Amino acid sequence: MNQNQALPIPANDPFGKATTGKLGMWLFIIIDGLSFAGLLIAGAALRASAPSWPAAGELLNIPLTAFNTFLLICTSFTMVMALNAIQKGDQAGLKKYLTYTMAGGLIFLGIQVYEYYHFIVNDFLLNTSIYSGVFYVTTCFHGLHVLSGVIYIACILYAASKGRYSADNWDHVEILGLFWHFVDLVWILVFTVIYLI
Amino acid sequence: MSNSHEQSFWSKYIFSLDHKVIGKQFLWLGIFFLLFGGFQAMLIRWSLSNNMEPLPWWLLGDFLYQSSPVGAGIIGPDAYNQLFTMHGTIMIFWAITPILIGAFGNFCIPLQIGAPDMVFPKLNMISFWTMFLASVVLLFSYLLPEGTAAGGWTSYPPLSTPVGGIPGQGQTMWTLALTLAGTSTLMGAINYITTIVRLRAPGMDYFKMPLTTWGLFLTSILNALFVPIIAAGLIILLLDNIAGTQFLVAGSKATIPGGDPLLYQHVFWIFGHPEVYILILPAWGIVSDLLSVFARKPAFGYKVTAICMCTITALSGVVWGHHMYTTGMSPLLGKTFMFLTLLISIPSSIFFLNWLGTLWKGALKFDVPMLFAMSVMWVFGLGGLTGLYNATITSDIYLHDTYFVVGHFHYTMAASVLFGGFAAIYFWFPKMFGRDLDPTMGKIHFWGSFIPLNLVFFNMMVMGYAGHHRRIFDPSEFEFLKPVLGLNDFMTTSAFILGAVQVLFAFNFVWSLVKGKLAEKNPWGAATLEWTVDHPIPHGNFSATPQVVNGPHEYSHPSLKDKDWLAQSEPLPS
Repeated sequence: MNQNQALPIPANDPFGKATTGKLGMWLFIIIDGLSFAGLLIAGAALRASAPSWPAAGELLNIPLTAFNTFLLICTSFTMVMALNAIQKGDQAGLKKYLTYTMAGGLIFLGIQVYEYYHFIVNDFLLNTSIYSGVFYVTTCFHGLHVLSGVIYIACILYAASKGRYSADNWDHVEILGLFWHFVDLVWILVFTVIYLI
Repeated sequence: MSNSHEQSFWSKYIFSLDHKVIGKQFLWLGIFFLLFGGFQAMLIRWSLSNNMEPLPWWLLGDFLYQSSPVGAGIIGPDAYNQLFTMHGTIMIFWAITPILIGAFGNFCIPLQIGAPDMVFPKLNMISFWTMFLASVVLLFSYLLPEGTAAGGWTSYPPLSTPVGGIPGQGQTMWTLALTLAGTSTLMGAINYITTIVRLRAPGMDYFKMPLTTWGLFLTSILNALFVPIIAAGLIILLLDNIAGTQFLVAGSKATIPGGDPLLYQHVFWIFGHPEVYILILPAWGIVSDLLSVFARKPAFGYKVTAICMCTITALSGVVWGHHMYTTGMSPLLGKTFMFLTLLISIPSSIFFLNWLGTLWKGALKFDVPMLFAMSVMWVFGLGGLTGLYNATITSDIYLHDTYFVVGHFHYTMAASVLFGGFAAIYFWFPKMFGRDLDPTMGKIHFWGSFIPLNLVFFNMMVMGYAGHHRRIFDPSEFEFLKPVLGLNDFMTTSAFILGAVQVLFAFNFVWSLVKGKLAEKNPWGAATLEWTVDHPIPHGNFSATPQVVNGPHEYSHPSLKDKDWLAQSEPLPS
């Protein structure tokens, strides 16, 4: 409903000039962050009561995933560049950087699928042990977020290709950016908890 | 802001973006499941008093349980487990949640804060249809060969896992349905919070919002914080059910070492305890507002009530352990949870006192909504006081898992929340549908609910004190329950009266919808903004954005001459 965008923001609103869409996305990020918190804490609790737990790097390929982490951080950078471009009215720049971001997300997913494939042929499955279960649930939950993010970017990219955004109208790009940065940030936590500790 | 173009039937009534229509959709869904879950309660009571006897015709004995393994029309032990599981699940997540949060959250929030609609109308529509999908999944679970879920409404493992649990896919369907219902709730929460933060009319400060909106606001915050946690738990439970993991399985039957059933209990109650406040906060808000309307006085200690509700919201997140005293928790942790739980009684008592202050020297009008609102004070008072026995470790270890807990829970949820919901239905029905609910039938409904309800739930606590376990199939098997079996039958009779009166309510609802007296614009003389809009409420609600100048409860102001109330947007006559 576009009519809502015309609504005036109440005076002395404690949330400043944030648009309603942005507030909604922030709320969603809090909610989503808490579901990650639920999974990570559940994983930690299982680990605390488990009879044995593999050491860091014993089963998981840390260098490969470290590269993946680096890649995801880079896509956050390109996302900032995309927003920066459209704030200056540069539509071509927006499309270019959104494409880079989407490609980065796809490569991340590709590497994750490769990693999964490698594990599956080696009989490291979801129900092999509690450890494998925690690994798959947490990383797959995050992978689904990256996938949603890629689809979300594709939608915004489509709208961008129709010329919908301009130097005065980039709210949707910023909201997309919030989600993408969240997916990126939460990966750093997942990487630390699942791979490094 | 009004949409003048003609809308088709589908976009007006089915896939509507209008918060009022979505609120009504939630109301219908809630009332359907209220009757459905209530009927299951009747079957439970029948089974407890007339164990292994065929159902009579008036409990649909000619249709139900015809292929039961213990004889046609007889509720066997497995069917009994399914009944109490689904009664709890449906009443909590499919009846009172949609009625209080779905229906009145949607209907009241924008109207009470002077907004044209919710901030995200499409999300609002998706929220309802996700709930609808969840309902379909839940109902389909009855068609499974082994029947629906039977692990209790809490679904503790190992009962809820395939390893050592109850056979069949009912649990899987239950988990899926609950995940979908939670998703719907979260969409609602995002919408409600953003709407209240952003769309308040000019002058509508937080401390000028009606307490109903306050309750719904705090409920949404709790939903946003704690539903994601149970979502994580449900994912784990679902995988245990369908993917062969054993996160929640321990002991000799576990083939993968390291699982932990207690993990589920923690995750469930981290959400589950706030959930009871999620449900009761709107009821508290509604009751606070209604007492003020029908006492024709400003709500006593309005700000304090709002702040107390905030305090309870904050405390509710740190008390979940009081559900788990008997799980071998360390005494230090147990005492901490006990202390935090008992702290909640302070803000509760304060706003209870405020309710009494509102009534004090008021010009009380005993309309049907007021009867229900006042009865909430009684049932919530009893529910709250018995809560102290459950919160205290020493008494809880004796009372845990008995009918005392069931009685306490029904006093707070089935009585307080549901009566708050009934008060809301009787109060806002004229504004929702343009007609009055018939007050005579309403009064019969009230007394016919209030008296039997107390007879049922109070005696539940007596039975529980005598040692009646909450999930036994046949109480007559136990020697120590022999002295109270008469009470058991008495409760069953009372429960049937309680159930029959709800049919009258459903009839009144439908009858008044068609034949009820046409409602006035403001039949109760209430001051909040929803009573300033016309019938039928146009798409976009207010013809001009209201300018709020008064608090929500301006009644009996001395300078008023021809009426005793002042709408929130109406300046005081000079």
